[in-house]
Amino acid sequence: MGRYILRRILYAIPIAFGVSVVCFSLVYIAPGDPLQTVMPPDATAETIAIVKHAYGFDKPLPMQFLIWLGRVVTGDFGVSIATRRPVIREVSDALSNTALLAMFAVPISFSIGYVMGAVAGCFAGRWIDRVVTGAAVVGVSLPNYWLGIVLVIFFAVEYMLLPATGMGPNGSVGFNLLQWSNAKFLVLPVITLSMIPVGILARTTRAAVAEVRNQDFVQTLRAKGLSEWAVTRHVLKNAMPQVMAVMGLQFGYLLGGSILVETVFTWPGSGFLLSKAIINRDVPVLQGTILTLSLVFVATNLIVDLLQSLIDPRIRRA
Amino acid sequence: MRPLLHDGPTLDPRDRGGPLQPLLVARDLRKHFPVKGSGGKSVKAVDGVSFAVRKGETLGVVGESGCGKSTLARLLLHLVVPDAGELRFDGDLVGTHDLPVDTLRRQVQIVFQDSYSSLNPRMPIRDSVAFGPFVQGKKKRQARDIGCEMLSKVGLDPDLFGPRYPHELSGGQKQRVNIARALATEPRMVILDEPVSALDKSIEAQVLNLLRTLKRQFDLTYLFISHDLNVVRYLSDRVLVMYLGRVVEIGPIDAVFERPLHPYTRALLASRPSMDPARRIGEAPISGDPPNPIDPPSGCHFHTRCPFAEIPCDKTDPALGIWEYPQSHVVACHMYDRASGHSRLAYV
Amino acid sequence: MTDYFSVIPAKAGIQGGEPSKGALDPRFRAGDDVIFEAQALPATRVRGYWQTVFYRLRHDAMTLAFAAIVLLIILGAVFAPLLAPFDPYKESIVGRLKPFGWHDHPLGTDELGRDMLSRLLFGGRVSLLMGVVPVLIASLIGGMLGVIGGFAGGRTNTAIMRTMDVFYAFPSVLLAVAIAGAMGGGMANGMLALTLVFIPPMCRVAETATTQVRALDFIEAARASGARTLTIIRYHVLGNVLGPVFIYASSLVSVSILLASGLSFLGLGVRPPLPDWGLMLSTLRQSIYVVPFVCALPGLAIFITSICCNLVSDGLRAAMDVRM
Repeated sequence: MGRYILRRILYAIPIAFGVSVVCFSLVYIAPGDPLQTVMPPDATAETIAIVKHAYGFDKPLPMQFLIWLGRVVTGDFGVSIATRRPVIREVSDALSNTALLAMFAVPISFSIGYVMGAVAGCFAGRWIDRVVTGAAVVGVSLPNYWLGIVLVIFFAVEYMLLPATGMGPNGSVGFNLLQWSNAKFLVLPVITLSMIPVGILARTTRAAVAEVRNQDFVQTLRAKGLSEWAVTRHVLKNAMPQVMAVMGLQFGYLLGGSILVETVFTWPGSGFLLSKAIINRDVPVLQGTILTLSLVFVATNLIVDLLQSLIDPRIRRA
Repeated sequence: MRPLLHDGPTLDPRDRGGPLQPLLVARDLRKHFPVKGSGGKSVKAVDGVSFAVRKGETLGVVGESGCGKSTLARLLLHLVVPDAGELRFDGDLVGTHDLPVDTLRRQVQIVFQDSYSSLNPRMPIRDSVAFGPFVQGKKKRQARDIGCEMLSKVGLDPDLFGPRYPHELSGGQKQRVNIARALATEPRMVILDEPVSALDKSIEAQVLNLLRTLKRQFDLTYLFISHDLNVVRYLSDRVLVMYLGRVVEIGPIDAVFERPLHPYTRALLASRPSMDPARRIGEAPISGDPPNPIDPPSGCHFHTRCPFAEIPCDKTDPALGIWEYPQSHVVACHMYDRASGHSRLAYV
Repeated sequence: MTDYFSVIPAKAGIQGGEPSKGALDPRFRAGDDVIFEAQALPATRVRGYWQTVFYRLRHDAMTLAFAAIVLLIILGAVFAPLLAPFDPYKESIVGRLKPFGWHDHPLGTDELGRDMLSRLLFGGRVSLLMGVVPVLIASLIGGMLGVIGGFAGGRTNTAIMRTMDVFYAFPSVLLAVAIAGAMGGGMANGMLALTLVFIPPMCRVAETATTQVRALDFIEAARASGARTLTIIRYHVLGNVLGPVFIYASSLVSVSILLASGLSFLGLGVRPPLPDWGLMLSTLRQSIYVVPFVCALPGLAIFITSICCNLVSDGLRAAMDVRM
């Protein structure tokens, strides 16, 4: 068992390395010179050469990568071109704002999605199954940024109940969760963000539950005289590993893929930071954000895999 | 193409050594499958198997599950490459310039146990049967015709069954398709890996009779693998008994079944259920579980379960006696080897 | 693994099951020394796999209905020049942000005075293109890689799948945005980004299916017949792998449409003044206080297209999941 954990962790290391390679090379697949962002357009050849040397752009690519990697590992992601603040501060501030959203979106969406899916799975084929499946399909097919806009139209424009954008009257720095004047800014983004996980979870849970219920051991349990509720508990327990895997992935998505929702609501999270960085071609922030978000995703997957192996003994032997 | 119905044995134009040369000779075949993560240990599926198959005979291969029969079948066709040992088909060494594996596969075919997974679920039956000839160079139409002819030879109406899919056929019908598929390439030898194990008894009888008929018609040689002793007796001329990757006894079928030499063979035969109420035995003829093929016992693999085991049995490997005559009955047991030092020297 | 934009793939595998029991047809066949008494034959007509699929689809009203809607959308996009009442690029200072039904504009006008209906129709072309093309290319490339890896097994397979795993380590949206953003945006870059995002899942589906097929006996039987690797792949593997790949690809189309318009929404996809639903949604966003329902229209178009594609793909999956 411990061996499996070790192996799984070791396996994550080359993945993380590959991720960092991809992040690093993103800058270099861009058309144009990466230098253009830091140079004034009319620089002389001399200046260019000096700056090149200072940034290390004149070294061969693998060398640059190693230097960059060395810095990254020690936490030095460079300095933002736009704001001149250290990238790591920018990223961590933004990430904490995104985490705030996730903190609410996760329990809400996971519980709703799970319950919906479990109910649909247990009553597979009946009308409630159809309703849930329909809702799940809607959830998955809806562009969440559009939902955000529609919610804003409804709640902010037409009925003026909730604010449209932003993170509170004091911005992210002075955000006080306990005051409604601040907290109401959370409502719409959280709802919007929850929609797709609810859809996917409902679908996955339904499929897992329906599949487990069809297995022979369920009939055995009933034949033994267990009440339907007790049987359902067993079924849910067996369906858990599959569902957990998807939950983990959704959590990673909530942290890493929130860019669209954050743009709609101008929520100063990591996704919003990313889109700003793209517009400004702020390379250090770009690299830093993508790297951080994807490493968080890798870590999440690792944890989920390990948890899964704890719950499902069949996986340990793999 | 040689005539399909004839009176006496005809010499196959591909024949190289005459009727006295064994068709297949296996010498010391070895195949070990490494086990992941165990630090170099391996499953010794086939551990030094030697035997010969004569032309026109049916050699039965019996043994418990896990003794290496199926691996042996695959080794003979080089579907699994042996780690050591040599294989000679009609005198030529397999895998060399004289007899490349492709050529071997034109002359030897195999029928698997699982009739369902042996057929591509997306291919109609006649295409499955025609695939062999097609691959071996025949044109599509010709291959189809051969396929249809083979289907009728196994008792399936090609017009009725040809365009059907495997899932529409019963187990017995599928297995007959597999036999047709094996014969479509006109092999000289067919390896049958438990072909009737998964079938109902009544269908089993039909398929066995079919196999006998086809053998006569096409002048085939069979290697018939099974764990069912009665089936083996019905079909085979000689039988080979395997235990844990090794051969323990070879001999003519009646000789082995009536006067088994090896303790394992005796136990195997004694454990057949009998309808005769007078034939009762007090205790199980064989005890214990078969040992782990990853870590077989030293010396004679059977010594841990053998009622006659003595000191030399766990020290040295017993050698299979030399097969001199077609009717030779040889055994790999220290009790029959004067030089072994076993106290109970039995005589044939 | 599934993440935000991936749909649960159908169990990629070969269908197999019980043989059908048919009417017992007592029949004696003499001759050839072989006598078989009763040949159980199914009473139904022979129906191949694809015929069964089509039969099921024909009788699935819901899927057909949604497929019809998708067809309408496609036709609308294809015949946009004929159907659009106005030129989608024609601006009008005075007629900006007008509501439904203003002066022959049945769906209003956008922030530059351009007719919404026309822009929606033309926008459909871009959105549909960006939805289908990346999936198509990713299926080809990913499918090929998956089959190669699955069939070769061993080190080759590990190498391919590990490389795919690195790309799997990114959430889809993030990866698409990162690639499109790094390359500078634009329609071609957007399609490239999406293709790269979809290759790993397609590869995985193909690899799973191929590995499953490879373990079955008929592959060994084919090898025993003397077939070479390529022949085996062509005749035995592809037929069984194409099903799962196709089902998964069809489910990716709706995802691709969503992602593509998402990219345009962020300004990383199509560039103005090209009409594209995501881009339109983005530019109209500021104007939601003026004509909220007009501004919501492009999103509605995305939603309807996406959900119909999704439902058609579900129907296809149900039809193709023939228990054989």
